[in-house]
Amino acid sequence: MKLTHIIPLLTVATAVYAAPQSFDFKDPKGVNNAVFKLDAPLESINGSASGISGTVTFDVENPAATSGKIVVAADSLTVPNPMQKEHLHSANWLDVAKYPEISFGTKTLANIKTDGNVTTADVTGTFSLHGVAKEITVPVKFTYLKDKLGSRVPNMKGDLLVIRANFVINREDFNINKGQYEDKVSTTIDLSLSIAGAAITK
Amino acid sequence: MKRALRIIALLVVLVAVAVWLATGANRGWTKTSVPVKTLDEVTGIEGISYQKKFLPGVDFLGAAFGGSTLLAGASLFFRKPQKINRSQNNQ
Repeated sequence: MKLTHIIPLLTVATAVYAAPQSFDFKDPKGVNNAVFKLDAPLESINGSASGISGTVTFDVENPAATSGKIVVAADSLTVPNPMQKEHLHSANWLDVAKYPEISFGTKTLANIKTDGNVTTADVTGTFSLHGVAKEITVPVKFTYLKDKLGSRVPNMKGDLLVIRANFVINREDFNINKGQYEDKVSTTIDLSLSIAGAAITK
Repeated sequence: MKRALRIIALLVVLVAVAVWLATGANRGWTKTSVPVKTLDEVTGIEGISYQKKFLPGVDFLGAAFGGSTLLAGASLFFRKPQKINRSQNNQ
């Protein structure tokens, strides 16, 4: 085969491989989770949220073009103490009835580094919580798992994108009891996101 | 009645402390569920689910001590039964 024939074929093949894919983060296995932790006098308040959804468009060949939005259902946040959970959901704290969603929508990526199927980047986007939207920058790790959807969900073909992020927010930035209970509930909240999205291929 | 209330008060405290110690002496708040982590081998993500389990904490002990104090305090409203002096009655 002549070189003049091979080059266009390679270009097409690369283009097909590098096409941006849309990954759906609604997890049928219920594994996707966001963990939160904040200090309090008696013990740290540790909880998690499992009501995660959203889509992210990711191109393994052009990660700078990554875009999307991840949504967490506010009423899926839970802690092991039932009274604490009730307070957490109440109008005095997260007010989940009025603000049912917590979300992060991407704007830009910076400091992008790719090593094999792993890409790390600082993702700047809008974090919305308790009715307040604030631009923040979060270090994120993307792991692209080609053809691994079938290993997770039988009889399905496609790729997986695992997103991991650890960052800190201040509840006062989101009008959650601003200036109150500072001696009882920490103002800083550690967040950890571990989610996998699926892109079905035909 | 006085004595009965005090005995019950003591039992409440003893049972509460015994239950607290037997369930791991949780020094935090009472929990009604505990997180269970399961590893998704394909993605490496640790999924978190909650298993129902009663873990009494310091608030449970506080409630037990509070209840016990109320019972012991209630016992103060009952008079101590008076002993009858038989030798005086026979004279």
